[in-house]
Amino acid sequence: MTDASAPLTMNAPASLITDDGKPLKAALASSLAVRRRRALLLVAPLFLFIFVTFIVPIGQMLFQSVHNDSFRANAPALVEWFGQNPQGSELDETAYAALASDLRTMQQNRSAGVAGTRINYDVPGTRSLFTSAVRNAGQLEPPYKEALIAQDRKWADPNVWRAMRSASAAFTGDFFLNAVDLTRDENGKIVSVPEGQAVYKGLFWRTIVMSLEITALCLILGFPIAFLLSSVKMKHAMLLMILVLLPFWTSLLVRTTSWMVLLQQQGVVNDILVWLGLIRNDQRLEMMYNATGTIIAMTHILLPFTILPLYSVMKTIPPSYVRAARSLGATSWTAFRRVYLPQTLPGVGAGGLLVFILAMGYYITPALVGGADGQMISNMIAFHMQRSLNWSLAAALSAILLAIVLIFFWIYDRLVGIDKMKLG
Amino acid sequence: MATAATDEGFVVFDHVQKSYDGENLVVKDLNLNIGKGEFLTMLGPSGSGKTTCLMMLAGFETATRGEIRLSGVDINHVPPHKRGIGMVFQNYALFPHMTVAENLSFPLEVRGMGKSERDAKVTRALDMVQMGKFANRRPAQMSGGQQQRIALARALVFDPELVLMDEPLGALDKQLREHMQFEIKGLHDRLGITVVYVTHDQGEALTMSDRVAVFNDGRIQQLAPPDELYERPKNSFVAQFIGENNKLPGKVETLDGDKCTVRLQTGELISATPVNLRHVGQETLVSIRPERVEFKPEMMPADAYQIEAEVIEVIYMGDIFRTRMKVAGTDDFVMKCRNTLGQTRLKAGQKLKIGWHPQDARALDPA
Repeated sequence: MTDASAPLTMNAPASLITDDGKPLKAALASSLAVRRRRALLLVAPLFLFIFVTFIVPIGQMLFQSVHNDSFRANAPALVEWFGQNPQGSELDETAYAALASDLRTMQQNRSAGVAGTRINYDVPGTRSLFTSAVRNAGQLEPPYKEALIAQDRKWADPNVWRAMRSASAAFTGDFFLNAVDLTRDENGKIVSVPEGQAVYKGLFWRTIVMSLEITALCLILGFPIAFLLSSVKMKHAMLLMILVLLPFWTSLLVRTTSWMVLLQQQGVVNDILVWLGLIRNDQRLEMMYNATGTIIAMTHILLPFTILPLYSVMKTIPPSYVRAARSLGATSWTAFRRVYLPQTLPGVGAGGLLVFILAMGYYITPALVGGADGQMISNMIAFHMQRSLNWSLAAALSAILLAIVLIFFWIYDRLVGIDKMKLG
Repeated sequence: MATAATDEGFVVFDHVQKSYDGENLVVKDLNLNIGKGEFLTMLGPSGSGKTTCLMMLAGFETATRGEIRLSGVDINHVPPHKRGIGMVFQNYALFPHMTVAENLSFPLEVRGMGKSERDAKVTRALDMVQMGKFANRRPAQMSGGQQQRIALARALVFDPELVLMDEPLGALDKQLREHMQFEIKGLHDRLGITVVYVTHDQGEALTMSDRVAVFNDGRIQQLAPPDELYERPKNSFVAQFIGENNKLPGKVETLDGDKCTVRLQTGELISATPVNLRHVGQETLVSIRPERVEFKPEMMPADAYQIEAEVIEVIYMGDIFRTRMKVAGTDDFVMKCRNTLGQTRLKAGQKLKIGWHPQDARALDPA
């Protein structure tokens, strides 16, 4: 306590003040504020970049997975009719009149494709129903019910009407239902889709299993290499490190296609096996266009992501720990298991989690070498983005994928602790 | 060796050589007998081969040639975990993911000891180093000195007969280091264990050891008890490595048993005790300990050799005055004067006569 403040201070140290009479805490805060503002200015560009390219798109994706108004915006009369008549009401002339009025609106706005596509998500083959109906909308005469059904029997299908009713709401959970192989029956009850049409649950499961397999393979293969890297002389370690990083510097596409050259039935690996006499020419192994190919190629591509964190952790473990364990009477296996391995866990956790997350969302390699049963959920998301144009379903699938990754992240945090992770 | 079985030590290095690269020998023909219950220190500058010797004894390095025996048994091919040797490492090597108690019970667990027996031994070992309250701490939560004690307890908990220590006090501050030296020495006396201790700190070596092996260039330069090492170094390396030394270069004029005379480069003829001298006319370095130099006539020993000196500087060091002087052509001749009541304060530029007993002047081979 300074002499100046001593007579002023009654008892509590909280009321310390500086020589010019400001409270000490406020003085400290204001002296740090300038520095803090300057630091904030430095991170602002990155923050802005991440906000625009990461947070906003993810928010939009989550929004799109529950929101789709392409039918609602183009069919105002039907929306009104569905609002007045609850589920199960009879499809009378007023309903068909509203439909006819909306078909004319669509004709004017040229929006039949957009609205039809939305109904097509639920009832396949209905996009053309809308486009052809709109083409003939000018000739429609009352009674509309008979006229429309005469035009196409599908207008009497209760499934089409159920789909239109559900699409008349902008916000819907239906895409999430679809993403886990559920749907609604005519009465709006949630039911499983028929056996043959269920794809997504199995695909999610396969994605998780394959990612776990790839992660395990990467750890098993990467651990000894990382150990070697951390224990050889610096000169040799540098050379080995270049070999580890070499794949990083090569295009992903080049690496994947090299695997295609190696793994195909008439490829290098099979040729060598046949030449060695290990397999007969008509027994050539199928290592590509299936899960095996995806796992081999992805393990290779993701291997550096386990080696680097493991290496950085192992380098900090002095050899004296294992020596101490040995001198205390432990066999080399016990010393490894009880002393060395536990200390590498932060690296194992970081490398494993990194590879798992990357593998869960991997797209290009499964697409090229995966074939039918080597596809992962990301390939299905891409399909809905590019081919079926059901962006809302793609968004719902992505959201579920994100949730799965977060769940694994949470499990990891509970088991190992995220603060113990060491990436490099 | 016919008599090997009877007069062999507890630990024996028998013509041991070690090379890492196949070109240079790190340890050149080491022969060393360590008795049971002895506290032996391997002292030497870094790269002298002392740590390599310790690692060979522990089993982390194998001897390129020669034999290492423990209780008469060749242990060259016994893996480290079967040697039953306790070891304290330079940076303690306490397992960071285990508590203190788990660290201590580790050597007992791998020996398949039951839980109750383990707990009793761990408690006893912790009490031995006065760390009983720290059983549930992790190594990172303790100070260097505390970790040092735990490392010591861990090396002793399984009752080894031989304990190796690799510069165990290197990371501690001076005061703590000196305190721990006495504590380790006390444990050694109490438990009757054999200790092989590696250090580059000569003070540590002199304080603790029964015998000190001074290493240089892969060889033991001298193996002797501390007082002999300090007072009767066998060659110029030992003389210079242990303690401070004044060196006066000259040529041997007469050599007669344990007496000789040396003609200094400045012309003075002084008598000295020869060490390792071979013939008259040989170049030599006369070494004199700074604390054996006197300047007060009434303190001068009988038959002292006296010589002119000029004070260059006096450094106050608390317990002593370190006085640097110009003597016989060299100007880094040091004399240490105790800071006693009524000590004469010398000043720079002062001229005086200093002297020493011929026994304290040792004429060494100029290595």
